[in-house]
Amino acid sequence: MSFDPMAAILLIPAAAAGCLALMPGYRLTARLNVLAALATFLTALSLLFSRPQPGPYLQVDDLNIVFIVLTTFIGFTTSVFSASYIGHELDTGRLTPTFLRFYHAMYQVLMFAMNLALVANNIGVMWVAIELATLTTVLMVGIYRTHEALEAAWKYFILGSVGIALALFGTILIYMAATPVIGEGTDAMVWTILTAHASEFEPALLNVAFVFLLLGYGTKVGLAPLHAWLPDAHAEGPTPISAVLSGLLLNVALYALLRFKMLLAANPQALAPGPLMVTTGLVSLVFAAFMLYRRRDIKRMFAYSSIEHMGIIAFAFGMGGPLANFAGLLHMTMHSLTKSAIFFAVGHVAQVKGTQRIADMGGLTETNPVLGWGLVLGVVAIAGLPPLGIFTSEFLVVTSTFARAPWLAVILVFGLLVGLAALFLRLNTIAFGEPRGPTAKAEASYVPMFAHLALVLIAGIYMPPALVLWFQNVAKLLG
Amino acid sequence: MRGLTFDVAHLLAGTLVLVSFLELYQDRLSALLNMFALHAFVLALSVAWQAYAQHAPHLFVTAAIALVFKAIIIPVALHRIIMRLGIHREIEKVVGVGPAMLLGMGLVALSMVVMLRVTTEADPLAREDLAFALSVVLLGLLMMVTRRNAVSQVVGFMSLENGLVLAATGAKGMPLVVEISVAFSILIALIVIGIFLFRIRERFDSVDLQALDRFRGERR
Repeated sequence: MSFDPMAAILLIPAAAAGCLALMPGYRLTARLNVLAALATFLTALSLLFSRPQPGPYLQVDDLNIVFIVLTTFIGFTTSVFSASYIGHELDTGRLTPTFLRFYHAMYQVLMFAMNLALVANNIGVMWVAIELATLTTVLMVGIYRTHEALEAAWKYFILGSVGIALALFGTILIYMAATPVIGEGTDAMVWTILTAHASEFEPALLNVAFVFLLLGYGTKVGLAPLHAWLPDAHAEGPTPISAVLSGLLLNVALYALLRFKMLLAANPQALAPGPLMVTTGLVSLVFAAFMLYRRRDIKRMFAYSSIEHMGIIAFAFGMGGPLANFAGLLHMTMHSLTKSAIFFAVGHVAQVKGTQRIADMGGLTETNPVLGWGLVLGVVAIAGLPPLGIFTSEFLVVTSTFARAPWLAVILVFGLLVGLAALFLRLNTIAFGEPRGPTAKAEASYVPMFAHLALVLIAGIYMPPALVLWFQNVAKLLG
Repeated sequence: MRGLTFDVAHLLAGTLVLVSFLELYQDRLSALLNMFALHAFVLALSVAWQAYAQHAPHLFVTAAIALVFKAIIIPVALHRIIMRLGIHREIEKVVGVGPAMLLGMGLVALSMVVMLRVTTEADPLAREDLAFALSVVLLGLLMMVTRRNAVSQVVGFMSLENGLVLAATGAKGMPLVVEISVAFSILIALIVIGIFLFRIRERFDSVDLQALDRFRGERR
């Protein structure tokens, strides 16, 4: 049997999960976790060069390859961060060795589920994979077993389940719409076949299906008003999981939504999906920007910032057209890299200070200069200041909107500015001023954080033409 | 024969909606659980009929799961849990029976209007089934938002999920139905274990402001 990278990005995490569940000793398992994530990433990179033929269940095309490479890359860097983070949790007794073993196994299961959702060529398989990813993250969020963590996990569980249930109803409706044209059976659930025949589907049924899918997968993306689970889940779980949730899982749900949007866009009689996404995107952006002011917990604050950015991305894809889609893809990539870097920093900050309350932190740039300035750089990036990558993508979103719908652009810019001011207000307390709280040295590995920030900085200054060309191709594909 | 197949399927799906209404006005937890067992039983019958009518033997597996797991194991387990937690007599009133029933009727009307209008091309059997399924889903959602107790929220979620299984079996020849019903069973089993292990009694936006303060991490 020849080597199939498409199956390998699923098999490596699945096999690693099995091994990690059985192996004792956290140093060894943490290293194995990194190794498995690295192997998955390298395999994903090989998909760039040789692309297998799409089958009835799996496929790799121009759109999902971007997501796959990004997911496996951040999965790898997060596993490196997790290895340095988790030792401290063990020392302070927040996690027991048994739970740690479980944690590593679950990490690989999550990587498996996300990769499966991305390479799935079948709307049913994609749904099952996203459900699996939800379940694993629920278990991870509740892993500290404190009152707060359990409540966060429960809330996430219930809201996530309702979302996933609505998404299934939408999926069934898509199948119903496809059967008169394609015929019964597996073919009517395969993406490549669905997209080819989308123009012949019954438009009214597609419309209703999309509403359910937007509500269902939108819950997982964290779009307001379905975002209620997101801040709790981010704040109470282990920080590596917050990084993966924000940086990756939200993207995976968004990817599912984009696929269905392409289906609707291919049918001229169906409702235009754009305005729906633009509205939810703008509402999420403005709402989250205002919510940023009231936050006192550092991880909750960045969770709201994730809602804000998912809003911007949904807005950009909703606007559609080559330029806005390009901006949306770029923004998604930049946000994933930056937000996970911020969570890497925040994880160590919370460990040093022994709390997540912003009021108990202060003068971080004096006491822990590397960590402090890393966090400052991350916040500067996420707030969208030049010359970092998010500035480029936000600038593109704003300018492309100004050219087509100036009023929407005004709301967009307003939301961005409100969010920016809130972030700097809080950053001022955390990073500068008089040192507050414990000032111990952090036993951290700074490599993942600065690697991400360096990538964001490079993307902000110089984008390789090959990459631009690629993004442009995908943007055209999205319609 | 065609007429009979259609009529029985129609009858069973309609009964499922009716039982959803019965669930909606129960105010004692143990009575609610009995109603849920009935709900799952009707679902099992309905799925089995679809399996027979569509000549799709794999759907019998889904029917068996619904019967054994949802109509027997889960209600029994939940009965024991609420006895343990001492909440079997609990009476909860978040929204009165009258408004809840009116809202429920509105939702059923809505799903009929929406689904029958958009599926004019589809097979009449699937079409009616889908309209009923959406009603059951919406009634389940209504139950989740009008209840405060974690157990009855879970019952709401499970009846919502019954509606989805009905929809999936109604869509003729849909692959992965069995897999999906297994996936859902795992989800539900986890929820029930979660309730048992963590003794969750109340929904978290309870009126207990102190608890709210604590878990939001927003204390000053």
